[in-house]
Amino acid sequence: MKKILNQSGDIVTQSTQGFLAAYSKFFEAVPETNCIVYKNRRKGKVSLVIGGGSGHEPLFSGFVGKGLADASANGNIFASPNPQVITETAKAVDEGKGVLFIYGNYEGDNLNFDMAEEMCGFEDIKTAHVRVWDDCASAPKDRIEDRRGIAGDIYVIKIAGAACDAGLSLEEVVRVTEKARNQINTIGLATSPGSIPGLNKPTFELGEDEIEFGMGMHGEPGIERTTMKPANELVDRMYSELKEEMSLHSGDEVAVLVNGLGSTTLLELNTVYYELDKHLKSEGIIVHDAEIKNWCTCQEMGGFSITILRLDEELKKYYNAPCCSPYYAREALT
Amino acid sequence: MKSINVETCKQMVIAACDAIIESKEYLTEVDSKIGDGDHGIGMSGGMEKAKTALMSRDDFATINDVFKTTGMQMLNSMGGASGVIFGSMFLGGIKDLEPITELDGELFSKMMSAAVKAIKLRGKAEIGDKTMVDALEPAAVALEKTDKEDLTFCMGEAAKAAGEGVEATKTMVAKFGRAKSLMERSIGFQDAGATSVKIIFEAMHSYLQAQE
Repeated sequence: MKKILNQSGDIVTQSTQGFLAAYSKFFEAVPETNCIVYKNRRKGKVSLVIGGGSGHEPLFSGFVGKGLADASANGNIFASPNPQVITETAKAVDEGKGVLFIYGNYEGDNLNFDMAEEMCGFEDIKTAHVRVWDDCASAPKDRIEDRRGIAGDIYVIKIAGAACDAGLSLEEVVRVTEKARNQINTIGLATSPGSIPGLNKPTFELGEDEIEFGMGMHGEPGIERTTMKPANELVDRMYSELKEEMSLHSGDEVAVLVNGLGSTTLLELNTVYYELDKHLKSEGIIVHDAEIKNWCTCQEMGGFSITILRLDEELKKYYNAPCCSPYYAREALT
Repeated sequence: MKSINVETCKQMVIAACDAIIESKEYLTEVDSKIGDGDHGIGMSGGMEKAKTALMSRDDFATINDVFKTTGMQMLNSMGGASGVIFGSMFLGGIKDLEPITELDGELFSKMMSAAVKAIKLRGKAEIGDKTMVDALEPAAVALEKTDKEDLTFCMGEAAKAAGEGVEATKTMVAKFGRAKSLMERSIGFQDAGATSVKIIFEAMHSYLQAQE
């Protein structure tokens, strides 16, 4: 495995420093950490702190910015940030209106963010959290709190960032963010593994002609391993999973994200959307907005995920708000 | 030994750190069978930090400070679930403890029972879930039940119970972590976190025995 690494030093630190050096107009570091804050954040509002393990770039730091998160608390590769750096990050952006933490629903993240919330409590910082559990292949619906957070993180961050900017109270931001979280589902497909920098070992084993539906970003087992199939058959299967999970009906209005996991090309991802679009149109689903991006990755992992966010009038208002970060920048939608 | 002072306690914890650092590859191997395979790296990294922090100071005034320093170093260096859980193994026991300068069997038993309570509250794991609780809780229960005249003897009982706990995890279905997705495929393999608990108690026991 060839990776662009230095012989010494920590890759997460060096990568963060590089990102900060390039985008120094927008961001600065939380001192002595790999966590970053948005310099021009709006004051006097609820602060939004996101975070999780590194290695999924551009998530999380790439979604800090105008109309998005105020800061990102970053851990080591695939490992949650520790309570101390999460607390320092929260302190760096707290405006006295409360801090909302958004992160993927993984045991490590849950434990470390919980502990950070306790530590924030000692500092009189009001906190709340919303855990993202969009991966509908990771556990059955009756164990929804066992589900993992994947690309759906970004839509949850988008809605929450807009709700914070609208000046809502912490309780109201939480309500809107949970509403969005509960209307988002994602299903993934793996074609090849990623690897942890420096370990020279794939994160999981998958045969040359094999794929796995629903496989997690760190190689967590999915719902079916099978041989490689044409794009239309892959998308058929994934769409039908999402349709059943979300009880999608004609007339539902949605935002859709086709997300590459790292090494799958845009040529392929566009083809995925070509197939997905046929399903959405034929079923009468109204696509309010769509994105084809590499937003939530796992190193050089091959494959993609499809995320659907079902919108109502309230969610649409926040979804439509403009936002700007190096990886998610657009005008207001109408 | 009936009880130990702050300096001996510090040396005992350093011995536990050394044992974990030496077991890095073994723990990685145990964890790779059903987990992420990162337990050995995480634990040894945390224990390296703890050891460095303990060795860098000569002014520990209380047992509480030794445990606090160890726990905080693990908590704030390891990340992931183990950082919080193993940090709590050292921090949970001193939370409501008045400052002490001598550690005896009675106090150690109290600390471990409090640590189990804190970890279960935080991690939501119960006995039988194939986690470190399956080694730590039996150790704490053994400490409660045993004669607490002699700390070395107490530590031996805790190590024995933790070891039996590790064996028991082989028959369990994992409810937490990566191994959870494997369901019954996790049967037959021991839990890496429980293994670390056993190594820590055994190392502390060996250290105390060597001081007799």
